[in-house]
Amino acid sequence: MNQEQKFLPRHDLDRLLQQLKEESYNCLGPVVRDGAIQYLPITDSSDLPAGVELDQVPAAYQLEFTDGDRLFNWSNGPQALKPLLFRPRENIWQVQRDSSGNLAFSQADESVEPTAVIGVRACDLAALELQDRHFLVPGAEDPHYKKRRDSLLLIGVDCSQPSDTCFCVSTGDGPDLRSGFDLAMTELEDGFVLRAGTKRGQKILDALNLSAATETQLQQVAIQSEQATARQRRLLPDAGVQKLLLQRPEHPHWQNVAERCTACGSCTSVCPTCFCFSEHSETNLDASVSQQVREWSSCFIPNHSNSHGHPVRADIASRYRQWLTHKLAGWQEQFGRSGCVGCGRCISWCPVGIDITQEVNKLVEDTG
Amino acid sequence: MNGDINLPREAVITERIQDSQDTFTMRLSVSGVDRFSFLPGQFNMLYLYGVGEVPISIVPDGDSHNSFDHTIRVVGRVTNGLGELQPGARVGIRGPFGRSWPIDMAKGRDLLLVTGGLGNAPLVGVMEHLVKQRDEFGHVDLLHGVKQDAELIWHDRYQKWATLPNTRVLLTADNPSPDWSGSQGTVVDLFSQLSITPQNTTAMLCGPEVMMLAAIERLRGMGVVDSNIWVSLERNMQCGMGKCGHCQMGPKFVCKDGPVFCLSEISGYFGKKGI
Amino acid sequence: MSEQARPKVAVHKFSSCDGCQLALLNMGDDLLALSQLVDIVHFAEAGPVDEEQEVDIALVEGSISTPEDIERINGIRQRSKYLISIGACATSGGLQALRNMADTDNWVRSVYPRPDYLSVLDQSSPIADLVQVDLELWGCPVNSGQVIAALRDLLSGVTPRVDVQPVCMECKRQGVVCVMVSRNEPCMGQITRAGCGALCPSHGRGCYACYGPAEQVNSRAVSEHFIEIEVPVEEIRVKFGSINSNAPAFKRARDS
Repeated sequence: MNQEQKFLPRHDLDRLLQQLKEESYNCLGPVVRDGAIQYLPITDSSDLPAGVELDQVPAAYQLEFTDGDRLFNWSNGPQALKPLLFRPRENIWQVQRDSSGNLAFSQADESVEPTAVIGVRACDLAALELQDRHFLVPGAEDPHYKKRRDSLLLIGVDCSQPSDTCFCVSTGDGPDLRSGFDLAMTELEDGFVLRAGTKRGQKILDALNLSAATETQLQQVAIQSEQATARQRRLLPDAGVQKLLLQRPEHPHWQNVAERCTACGSCTSVCPTCFCFSEHSETNLDASVSQQVREWSSCFIPNHSNSHGHPVRADIASRYRQWLTHKLAGWQEQFGRSGCVGCGRCISWCPVGIDITQEVNKLVEDTG
Repeated sequence: MNGDINLPREAVITERIQDSQDTFTMRLSVSGVDRFSFLPGQFNMLYLYGVGEVPISIVPDGDSHNSFDHTIRVVGRVTNGLGELQPGARVGIRGPFGRSWPIDMAKGRDLLLVTGGLGNAPLVGVMEHLVKQRDEFGHVDLLHGVKQDAELIWHDRYQKWATLPNTRVLLTADNPSPDWSGSQGTVVDLFSQLSITPQNTTAMLCGPEVMMLAAIERLRGMGVVDSNIWVSLERNMQCGMGKCGHCQMGPKFVCKDGPVFCLSEISGYFGKKGI
Repeated sequence: MSEQARPKVAVHKFSSCDGCQLALLNMGDDLLALSQLVDIVHFAEAGPVDEEQEVDIALVEGSISTPEDIERINGIRQRSKYLISIGACATSGGLQALRNMADTDNWVRSVYPRPDYLSVLDQSSPIADLVQVDLELWGCPVNSGQVIAALRDLLSGVTPRVDVQPVCMECKRQGVVCVMVSRNEPCMGQITRAGCGALCPSHGRGCYACYGPAEQVNSRAVSEHFIEIEVPVEEIRVKFGSINSNAPAFKRARDS
């Protein structure tokens, strides 16, 4: 890969979007809707959130509108890439029954179009890589996920404004893009420094025919990265310490969290790596056809886990424990790393403001 | 099928046997398939049209290549509906899924099989393997417990297995009727009749969790180490492939990493409340 | 319930606004399809009136609030193989159960010029307080999709699927931006049973718990957060004391 970094002047950003369109990509980008940054279809750069800044603290997400020019001067929205690939709800197959009772099973049809997502964050990509490891296990690839994954082009932006809730530095996943992008951007005052991560990205970069980024611009990139890193205050203990959670099922602090947790499942829904789903059948009234529906589930809801007809985790304390120990310790055995990418969504979007970093540190503090 | 691992295949019920008051067997063959291969201890996701899926252990149907049994206790909405189906009816099948019993690892060793209730179903495949390859193993003890003797299914199978050389079959019922010929008490009570060589014994357990936990305690007391104790677990598996997350126990996916586990892999989690 | 035999279905009404019956009427094509599969023998809002027939499935709307209601519901239970209570009134006692917190005699005297014409119980009760209920479908009004799914399961010969989740799960699946986190809008979704499709949050409003309590109701945690975002205590009390005020989990929350 040609590692040369190029400079795209701010007023030329639409050339990039135009190039994507010419290559038949549908473009999704950050758009302000319903008080939050969301990945939605965009037509040109005027759809992007110019001057929008963001304040995230436990249980609160507030956009601030400034007259600045920057388009990516915020940390993240309520969802990462997860809903684009692992759909919140979808039919995975259907079955028709004819009058003799024969069953014909067929895959749910879905036409997938090439889609480019612009503005993706390092935490989003780290999470995507984990979801890939889960849904694209060789030999057991989920065909629905795979189809959408294959159609995705990812244009990342280095995070320059982490929120109070962010801790990707602590998990080693940000704020700069590490891997998983086709094209990476760093936003500076007057434009963007671009680098390719894949051949597809390189092709787009080449087509833009840009001049190389200057030494000064590259210095600005480095300074911005240092500043973004320095902004982060929240910390998770390292992986070895996180593993201790598995050995501490009786810790009294689980009960302490349970007194504050409402078991609403929001943390699992906004978590970009949580993968639990449930399946059920939806059958039309005359029973001629039935759909198998798969939808996001959560370890916080009843019936998530049963054994011999009895709930395995009947109370909030055991459900919170399941979430946290799985995320931070179980994941290490299952996927070779912690399931937390430090995006901080579970902190901001917890309706009662429970902070994973605080809870973990309490749960492990007396073990060194 | 477009290689969609999520997609069930149609199977036909060729026979239906009422095993006991609440337990029945459906004999199935997958439509348009000559061979349905599986290993002892594996399970299928069995789909009742329009209602949903349940994980059910696969029981071999003699030497048949394309026919197999699902022996099912009526306990929930899907099993209830499955119980109503008659020969000729169609169901959906996904599978086989999961890890099987460690038959190869146990070769040359003594076997102790301990089952309770319908926990005997996942081990039928092991016993049928034994019928064919008896000389691969040393002494075999097969212990099975039921609550009432009316719940005992597969009398002929147990009779057949009891005639195998160097094989002892012990049956027990908690509350037997006067004409019960087996023991009285729990399956763990039968341990007092055993004389095993702990280092040379591989134990395979399947049944209610309390039963398995009690059996494990006795086995450990007799000197059988965790790495020679194998258990088959039950959790609410939905996808069967370690994707949906429901059956997790600690870091294990029961459907994919199990349902058969070596105790040493899961001793930190198994039997611990809420894990 | 074999399909050839055309199972009989009745829709009964007790103290209620008829909104749940309307929800059934609004099912459109599904109602037509249903009428091909079952005999709807009693459904006053839709036409057929024959309350005395024995039926396979009874849908019961409304709460028990008069002495006559008690007699009627007992009869209906005896004549119904499978009884489903539908809607907030039937499952929790409904809005009219607000009177359970007050002195009914006082109310009656202050509202009616001739209270002696009135025969009313001092409590409005859910159906399950009086007779055995096989399935409860909560909501104000009930979600007709849930009714259809339950009926389809019964027609398939299986017990209906019960799926109790908090509204937050539905809300997030729909991609709704949390109104409480983004706008400080007090929302009961965390501790409210899903089924509405997160209707209010998807229109920018906080959930007001019309589908009743979720499986876990950590009312203290929710109330403390409401106080943090400056919801007046009296308003918090009202949130636990409206349509499903008589649901035990909400009643406990209000009293604490």
